[in-house]
Amino acid sequence: MAERKASIPEYNVISSTRAQKGWFWRKIKWPIYHIFVGLLAVLMMYPIAWMLLSSFKESRTIFATANTLLPAQWMWDNYITGWKGVGGYSFGHYMWNSLVIVVISTVGVVLSSAVIAFGFARLNFKGRNFWFAIMMVTLMLPHDVVLVPQYIIFTKLGWLNSIYPIVVPQFFGAPFFIFLMVQFIRTIPKDLDEAATIDGCGKFRLFIQIILPLIKSSLATAAIFSFYWRWEDLLGPVLYLNSPDKYTVSMGLKMFLDSESSSNWGAMFAMSIVSLLPVVAIFFAFQRHIVEGISSSGIKG
Amino acid sequence: MAIRNESLKTNLTGYAFISPFIIGFLAFTLIPMFISLYLSFTSYNLFTSPRWIGLGNFEKMFTNDPKYWNSVRVTIYYVFVGVPLRLAFALFVAMVLNTASRMVGTYRTIYYLPSIIGGSVAVSIMWRNIFSEQGIVNHFLMAFGAAPVNWFGNATAALGMLITLSVWQFGSSMLIFLAGLKNISPEMYEAASVDGASPVRKFLNITLPLLSPVILFNLIMQTISAFMTFVPAYVISKGEGGPLDGTMLYSLYLFRQAFMFNNMGYAAAMAWVMLIFIGILTFVLFKTSKMWVFYESEGGGR
Repeated sequence: MAERKASIPEYNVISSTRAQKGWFWRKIKWPIYHIFVGLLAVLMMYPIAWMLLSSFKESRTIFATANTLLPAQWMWDNYITGWKGVGGYSFGHYMWNSLVIVVISTVGVVLSSAVIAFGFARLNFKGRNFWFAIMMVTLMLPHDVVLVPQYIIFTKLGWLNSIYPIVVPQFFGAPFFIFLMVQFIRTIPKDLDEAATIDGCGKFRLFIQIILPLIKSSLATAAIFSFYWRWEDLLGPVLYLNSPDKYTVSMGLKMFLDSESSSNWGAMFAMSIVSLLPVVAIFFAFQRHIVEGISSSGIKG
Repeated sequence: MAIRNESLKTNLTGYAFISPFIIGFLAFTLIPMFISLYLSFTSYNLFTSPRWIGLGNFEKMFTNDPKYWNSVRVTIYYVFVGVPLRLAFALFVAMVLNTASRMVGTYRTIYYLPSIIGGSVAVSIMWRNIFSEQGIVNHFLMAFGAAPVNWFGNATAALGMLITLSVWQFGSSMLIFLAGLKNISPEMYEAASVDGASPVRKFLNITLPLLSPVILFNLIMQTISAFMTFVPAYVISKGEGGPLDGTMLYSLYLFRQAFMFNNMGYAAAMAWVMLIFIGILTFVLFKTSKMWVFYESEGGGR
C-alpha cells in the first residue's frame, strides 16, 4: 500500500478521482475494459455464430443440441440440399435474379443521384432552395403512404410480375444519396469550377471531367448502401414478383420458411448464411466507406 | 438582352441537372400521395372502380375495428420502448468505445455488423429460431435457473422478441454518436476534472448537452423508421402478425388490409393517419428540442 500512497501526488494534477484509485486501478483498468467490451461483442455475435455452426449440423439435431455451439460431426449436406432450392428453382437462380436487380438499380441510383447532387451543390438557379427543401422532406417521408397508389399505378402500367417497379424508380435519384453527395461536393473548392469555366468548359463537362472523379468515394458509399438495400429488399419482390422463376434471394428464403419442418432447418440456415456472404464480404472490403457514410450523413445501415 | 439570356441559360442548366429528381418526385411521390388521399375516402378493391364513401374508412378505423387499435397499441410499444432503449444502448457503447485503445476498431466492427445485416430475411429467420422453444435464448434462461418462455404463445413475449431484435441493431446510431463524441474537445473534460467534477457530472453537463443535436437527429430518424418496421414482423410471424396479433405492427396490418384483403381504400386511409401522426410527432420533437438541444454557436462558438 505504500506504493499506492506514493503515486498520489504525481497524479492529482491530472485527475483527483483517478489518483485515489492509484496504481492498482491503473493496472486492472484495461483488462477489465477488454473483458467487458469483449463479452458484449461475444453476446452480439453469438446468434450469428450459432446459425453458422448449426448449418453444419444434421438438420434433426439442430435444436436437440442447441446448447452446444460446435457440431459433433461437420457436414456439408445442408448446403447441398439448400442449394437445390425450393419451388423448382435452385438457390443459385434466386441469387442471379437478385444480382440483376441489384446491379441495374445501383447503376441507376448512383448515376442519377450524382447528376442531381451536382445541380443542387454547384448550379445557381431560381427555386433551388425550394427543391432542395422538398428533397429533404421526402427524405423523412414514410414510405407506407405511397405504397398502395404505387402498386395501383404499376398494376395499370402492366408492370406486375416484372422487375420494372423495383428498378425504374431508382433511376430518379434517392434523397439519402443526393444529400450525401451534395455534402461531399460542397467540400471541393469552387476555384476549380471557376478555372474550368474560364477555360471554356461547359457545366456538363465540368461535372463529368472534374467533379465526378473527385467524388468517387461518395459514389462508392452510395453504391454499397444501394447494394445492401436492394439485396435485402423483401417488400418489393413480395408485392411485384409473382412467379418463382423471378424470385430473389429474400423470396427464396421466405419459401424455405413457409415450408419449415425439422428436416429442412439445416438447409434454411445454410442458405441464410449463403445470402449473407456477399453482404459481409462487402462490409469487410469497404468498411471505411460505410463508417464514413453513416457518420457524415446519418444513412441507416 | 445578353444578361437575360445568360440567366435563362443558367436556370435551364440547373433544372436540366435536377430534372430526374423533379420527375421522380412527381411520378413516385406527389401524384401517388394525391391518389392515396383520394382513395382514403373511397372503397376500392382494385377490380371495380373506387366508390366514394366519405369518412367511412376513418369512421370504421376509429370506432369499429379492434384489430386496428391493437396494431396501434403494438406499434406504440414497439416504437416508444424500442427506440429509447436502442439509442441509450448506442450512446452507452459509443462512450465506452470513445477511448484510445488499439482494439476499438475491431469492437466497432463487431458491434456494427448486426446493423448491416439486420434488415435481411436471413436475420429475421435467425431471430425466429433463437427464440424458438428449444432455441438458445431459452437454454440461456434455463442455465440461469429461470423458466423457459414460450415466445410464440404469448403476445407480450413476441413483441419483446421484436424489440430485442431492434436493440441488437444499435450499430448505426452508435457510429453517429461516436462521430459526435470525437467532436467534443478533450480539454473540456480535463478542465472539468481539475474542478473536481465526477464522471456523472461530466456526462450530464458536458457530454449530453454537446451531443444533443446528434441525439435529436438520431431520435427523429430512428422514430420514423421504427414506425415503418415491416420485415421482421412479417418474417417472424410468417405474415400473420401473431401470436394473438402481438406482432401486428401498423405497417404489417396496412399491408394485410391492402394486399391480402384488397381493401385499398382502407389501407390508404391508414397510411394517411400514420403520415399525419408522424408529422405531428416530428413537429413536436423539433419544437420541444429548443428546450433541450444545445447548439454550440449560441453559447460561445467553436
